[in-house]
Amino acid sequence: MSLLKEPDYGTPAKPGPATVSVEVDGLHVAVPDGTSVMRAAALAGVDIPKLCATDTLDAFGSCRLCLVEIDGRRGTPASCTTPVAEGMVVKTQTPKVAKLRESVMELYISDHPLDCLTCPANGDCELQDMAGVVGLRQVRYGYEGANHLDAVKDLSNPYFDFDPSKCIACSRCVRACGEIQGTFALTIEGRGFASKVSPGAGESFMDSECVSCGACVQACPTSTLQERSVVELGVPTRSVITTCAYCGVGCSFKAETRGDEVVRMVPLKDGGANEGHSCVKGRFAFGYATHPDRALRPMVRDKITDPWREVEWDEAIGTVARRMLEIKARYGTGAIGAITSSRCTNEEVYVVQKMVRAAFGNNNVDTCARVCHSPTGYGLKQTFGESAGTQDFRSVAQADVIMVIGANPTDGHPVFASRMKQRLREGARLIVADPRRIDLVRSPHIQADHHLQLKPGTNVAIVNAMAHVVVTEGLVDKAFVAERCEGFDEWAAFISRPENSPEAVESITGVPADDVRAAARLYAGGGNGAIYYGLGVTEHSQGSTMVMGMANLAMACGNIGHEGVGVNPLRGQNNVQGSCDMGSFPHELPGYRHVSDDAVRQTFQNLWGTTLLSEPGLRIPNMFDAAIEGSFRGLFVHGEDIAQSDPNFHHVSAALGSMELVVVQDLFLNETSKFAHVFLPGASFLEKDGTFTNAERRINRVRAVMKPKSAMHEWEIICQISTAMGYPMSYDHPSQIMDEIASLTPTFTGVSFKKLDEVGSIQWPCNEESPDGTPIMHTETFTRGKGRFVPTVFVPTEERSNRRYPLILTTGRILSQYNVGAQTRRTANVAWHAEDVLEIHPHDAEVRGITDGDEVTLASRVGETTLHAQISERMPTGVVYTTFHHPISGTNVLTTENSDWATNCPEYKVTAVQVALTHSTAVLQGESEADRVLAWGLVD
Amino acid sequence: MVNDIVVNLGYLPAEKVPAAVADHVKRFWDPRMKRRLVELVAAETESVDPVVVAAAALLP
Repeated sequence: MSLLKEPDYGTPAKPGPATVSVEVDGLHVAVPDGTSVMRAAALAGVDIPKLCATDTLDAFGSCRLCLVEIDGRRGTPASCTTPVAEGMVVKTQTPKVAKLRESVMELYISDHPLDCLTCPANGDCELQDMAGVVGLRQVRYGYEGANHLDAVKDLSNPYFDFDPSKCIACSRCVRACGEIQGTFALTIEGRGFASKVSPGAGESFMDSECVSCGACVQACPTSTLQERSVVELGVPTRSVITTCAYCGVGCSFKAETRGDEVVRMVPLKDGGANEGHSCVKGRFAFGYATHPDRALRPMVRDKITDPWREVEWDEAIGTVARRMLEIKARYGTGAIGAITSSRCTNEEVYVVQKMVRAAFGNNNVDTCARVCHSPTGYGLKQTFGESAGTQDFRSVAQADVIMVIGANPTDGHPVFASRMKQRLREGARLIVADPRRIDLVRSPHIQADHHLQLKPGTNVAIVNAMAHVVVTEGLVDKAFVAERCEGFDEWAAFISRPENSPEAVESITGVPADDVRAAARLYAGGGNGAIYYGLGVTEHSQGSTMVMGMANLAMACGNIGHEGVGVNPLRGQNNVQGSCDMGSFPHELPGYRHVSDDAVRQTFQNLWGTTLLSEPGLRIPNMFDAAIEGSFRGLFVHGEDIAQSDPNFHHVSAALGSMELVVVQDLFLNETSKFAHVFLPGASFLEKDGTFTNAERRINRVRAVMKPKSAMHEWEIICQISTAMGYPMSYDHPSQIMDEIASLTPTFTGVSFKKLDEVGSIQWPCNEESPDGTPIMHTETFTRGKGRFVPTVFVPTEERSNRRYPLILTTGRILSQYNVGAQTRRTANVAWHAEDVLEIHPHDAEVRGITDGDEVTLASRVGETTLHAQISERMPTGVVYTTFHHPISGTNVLTTENSDWATNCPEYKVTAVQVALTHSTAVLQGESEADRVLAWGLVD
Repeated sequence: MVNDIVVNLGYLPAEKVPAAVADHVKRFWDPRMKRRLVELVAAETESVDPVVVAAAALLP
């Protein structure tokens, strides 16, 4: 596709039917009430000149370029700020407005560099366009007057330049930062001629509160805010619409290229998940795809202490197949397995689990959802009947009360957080349940009504206490419960018990009973109540119980089945939802159907032409246990870095070290590859054709910008391994894989690449019942029929602080880095987070003699590591926090074997630790960078 | 691990817990893990939670 320029209608659309008829330059058009004259004109095919107006921002009326004449009205109103009225007759081209527009342009150009031909925005500049549109032929003011041409550039941000000499003070950037992103980092400093865009109080962009989302760059009509990549490479010439490969929001982008070189990623206005917005990662941090660290050739070695040897694809694939078959022959069918990727496409994940089931001959397949949202799958299936969130992202716009539990959306799901913040600024109420004072608790124009700052590991006690209030104070939505649910009476009797009251659990949770009561009353009685939650819910020994507890609370209050409500898991990875949908579970086939279901299994057996096992296989933690025990000997790791991301590093490394064959398919030589015998180079999202499914069940297309740098598509590699192992598997194109998925999976029957190309994206279920997809689930009935109340007994975690380890460590993510950092560490995002640090409360630091920036040793009962301390009042006393984006931090050296009782999801969020000033580096971190490279093996 | 399951299913009437635990194990555990559970219960019946013993007896 040549460069896609999306239409800009000038001002945002208004909801409602098109009931107001107007005439613009003789053309008749009907639009919703409240629509601006500018937008009505655009819809009629008349583009009114504009500079400060854009349809992603509310009208501002400052540039005075969009003036029009309206019959029966005096003067020349700005069309962007003037709403239509029935029967209005508008003239957009009259001698009067033409003269006014020309005068406005003269003023702009009198204070603007005349370097169009060498400007990075040449050909992509709205000021340039408008000068042409208004027919500018002279600047009577000349160019010798006072001007801003000597304004100094701000080049502090690694991704975009700020050249104030080109600024026309339209305020689009300021408004974008406020209205769209919600950070309010920018302002107009000064008045009149002295007006200038300022990030914060005269700071540079990098020193300000700017989060580098790029909304200002996108909004800027000139080259004032310009991607550095455009400055260096030139304006792109081609667009490919694709989907971000970072988080579970799944933003749609235009990958804008010159040839197959990506110049910039521009968020797509029609993107179902993001509607034209983005974050620093998706917008700018795509350079990892072409980083020199990319390992592009297959490699093998006999022992993990040997250096790597580059080989051709045939030899690599043959080695994998041969050695897997040898292990099967020697140790049995159950001795091999695979971990699928939550970052690869649905089609790739599908063929990996098919390879395991059909070629390996077992159900030893699992995915990284195991360590993040597997409790979501369990808990929502038990209560609602479907292992997925209930709403689309747009639903938050109808929420009256938003409850965020164990999530930090401004860091982990920033584009969704921006939507949430818009709603909060409109007046929705906010409850935050989190040990840390996350940014959402208090941010520009937003303050949480209640911050329930609970102790780690006490989630279930809190949700039970809230539910206790709802039931005992008569706040239950009885009509909803009676019509739509079952098991209520038993659950109500349980939850009403005194031990579940806010007063009884106050000493356990650390949250004052009055606060819990107030929050519960707000959630139950404040209108549409929506719960958004993350890994602070699931990564606990009672993660599944907590998910069920939230589902109980939502059902009790009738907050399911329509817009503005719901139980919404904020899924982390770009395709973790899809990975689960595709059956990357040892107990479930695609579509969340148990392997023991004979009828379901038969449909797969019929199509696949082979017999499948009816008993569950190994989960990832069980694979490690079985490896150490000796019964699990071969592992295929697809796009995951379990040696860095999984808990209890010493246990994981012992397991990996004990296997006879570890195969890693990835973009880079990662921590897991240190234990690998075969390395298969993977492809980045820019090299793939397929689909991702985001946290709102939205299936989006991923389209290749360039051919795979390794010369093989990932799905082709898997098919060839399977074939070499004796189960022939081949497709001509990933669309065929999706067609096969659709033929086997009732929730996907209406999905195809063709349909996705037509409609953009689809939220499953998409089938005969819901041919256009399903934004909101459980609207008439729950998937299981009636919603099921499940009593949720609070069982304290076994991980407790004690004299030796008096603090609790909890972990999380940060905006600029992503998960294990494999991608973001290879981009300029390191400018924001060059290392993982330990956030510690001032009191806890003081009693240990720790000051800001000190190197500290962090020790748990299973390991220790060193980090630099960051004193932070966001932390409560007794709790410390760090991230896991840098392998050198070794965060998972500390985390334990504790896990969720139902799913084995690791309890990352509760680890008892001690912190002390360190005087020497821990053994784990004794290696130099050269040593680490050597440990990966030298390539011949 | 199975003890955690017993505790978390403890909201059920006492007589239903063994079957619920057995059902969970059947649905989610790999065969070697189930075998190990049965072997462990057989070897250490007296020190194992009676609910676990009852659940193991329900496993095929």
